[in-house]
Amino acid sequence: MAALVIADHDGAHLRDTTHKTVTAALALSSEVDVLVYGEGVKAVADAAANIAGVRKVLVAESADLKQDIAEDVAALIIGLAANYDAIAIPASASGKNFAPRIAAALDVSLLSDVIEVVDGSTFVRPIYAGNALETVQTSEAKKVLTVRTTAFKAAAEGGSASVETIAAPAARAGTRFISEEKVTSDRPELGAAKIIVSGGRALGSKEEFDAVIDPLADKLGAAVGASRAAVDAGYAPNDYQVGQTGKVVAPELYIAVGISGAIQHLAGMKDSKVIVAINKDPEAPIFSVADYGLVADYKTAVPDLMKALG
Amino acid sequence: MKILVPVKRVLDYNVKVRVKSDQSGVDLANVKMSMNPFDEIAVEEATRLKEKGVATEIVAVSIGPAQAKDTIITALTIGADRGILIQTDQDVEPLAVAKLLKAVAETEKPDLIIMGKQAIDGDNNATGQMLSTLLDWPQATFASKVVVENGEAQVTREVDGGLQTLGVKLPAVITTDLRLNEPRYASLPNIMKAKKKPLETKTVADYGVDVTPRLKVMKVTEPPKRSAGKKVADAAELVANLKSAGVL
Repeated sequence: MAALVIADHDGAHLRDTTHKTVTAALALSSEVDVLVYGEGVKAVADAAANIAGVRKVLVAESADLKQDIAEDVAALIIGLAANYDAIAIPASASGKNFAPRIAAALDVSLLSDVIEVVDGSTFVRPIYAGNALETVQTSEAKKVLTVRTTAFKAAAEGGSASVETIAAPAARAGTRFISEEKVTSDRPELGAAKIIVSGGRALGSKEEFDAVIDPLADKLGAAVGASRAAVDAGYAPNDYQVGQTGKVVAPELYIAVGISGAIQHLAGMKDSKVIVAINKDPEAPIFSVADYGLVADYKTAVPDLMKALG
Repeated sequence: MKILVPVKRVLDYNVKVRVKSDQSGVDLANVKMSMNPFDEIAVEEATRLKEKGVATEIVAVSIGPAQAKDTIITALTIGADRGILIQTDQDVEPLAVAKLLKAVAETEKPDLIIMGKQAIDGDNNATGQMLSTLLDWPQATFASKVVVENGEAQVTREVDGGLQTLGVKLPAVITTDLRLNEPRYASLPNIMKAKKKPLETKTVADYGVDVTPRLKVMKVTEPPKRSAGKKVADAAELVANLKSAGVL
């Protein structure tokens, strides 16, 4: 029984969410292949070949695939499905976009956001925004799963898989790519950062958010996150959003500044190794999950913290 | 132009989730149930398209128990014209929901299906994509902006690291993200009007779809609790603690 992992990358670099998905796939099969799709992704494929435990890397390249249209990507993977008993996809926005298409085309269930592989047919996944965990068993021949990568350790480097080029089918019929707007930043990506500094509604404005959160993040080499309230209020762009409706993160250190800690936010960061909360309201729910709580106004606490960090 | 909007009755997002002590599921007895918030955004978007003169009819469809009628009435209150309830007490999985919706789409022949990107109970984020696949209509998921013109929907999507805009030929399936719009509040006159709008009740058998669950739920448990740590007096004490914890 072989498993296929779909690589997560930005065109130039392989994300370690791929390594984590390989770990989930290795729990299902000892024969794990990785599919890299895009355009000009030779370096990404080589990086994937270097993941320990990977048997073979498949590379599909075309200008269409670079645009990451669900119909194209799903058609490519469905074409390979006969060779695999399991298809494991990182639960990114991209993966969530095409994974259900594969399941529907194969007439099997989608196992969404898997956080634990109990055995070859039993999986644990969060429901109700992580307020409950569901253990499900499937008797279906093929398993299509998206993997919540924060729940798995990254597979090590040191493999030497072969790299094989495969054809890219053209699939989209009624879809036209119009444009793309990607936010570029020198800071680490939220999903990959060791430290995250997040700001909440208490910051009060975009200017204040940038003036308080950004310098602290830069001092720590951290990624910047935000609560949904801060995003909704326009203080931070949507892709900063940490929570049930945004990104689920699990860094070594998560610093929440002026975030009250709504359930939907906690669902996105409660698996962080160490959580720090800075909030002037001692009753804020964020303190119930924080390892270290500082009850103080961020206006004095963050400058003090900058000083203490030296 | 006709728009089909699937809506789901779920535990209200403000209600605390309680896992049953026998681990058979989440306790839904005597708690407030509401329309899935992402579906509410879908109904609102369809209603705005109708107000702009782009759409002429909005049909809301729900699959669920008799009480899901209330969910359809909520959709009728926002602006849907009529409702279809496919009544079942069975917990219907996303793939089976997609098959039922495909059957509805084949009889209703909408030009556009707008639905929530996920339901906040199962959190699967699958039904819209599955429906698009089964119908072989283009999909545009996680929409934060929708413009319909010349037989095409131009949809701005929330993707990893930014936004992507796609043009999808109608008929198509669009799933909504949170920032697409802010649903209106229900006014009393609209609630009264909604109760007079047509609402048809069907059964799963009417559509000939097998909704037997494929997945066996072994147990539902509470996630491990994270306990509160300690309060520190100032920034210096915080930094000292973080250093000894090895994260700085």
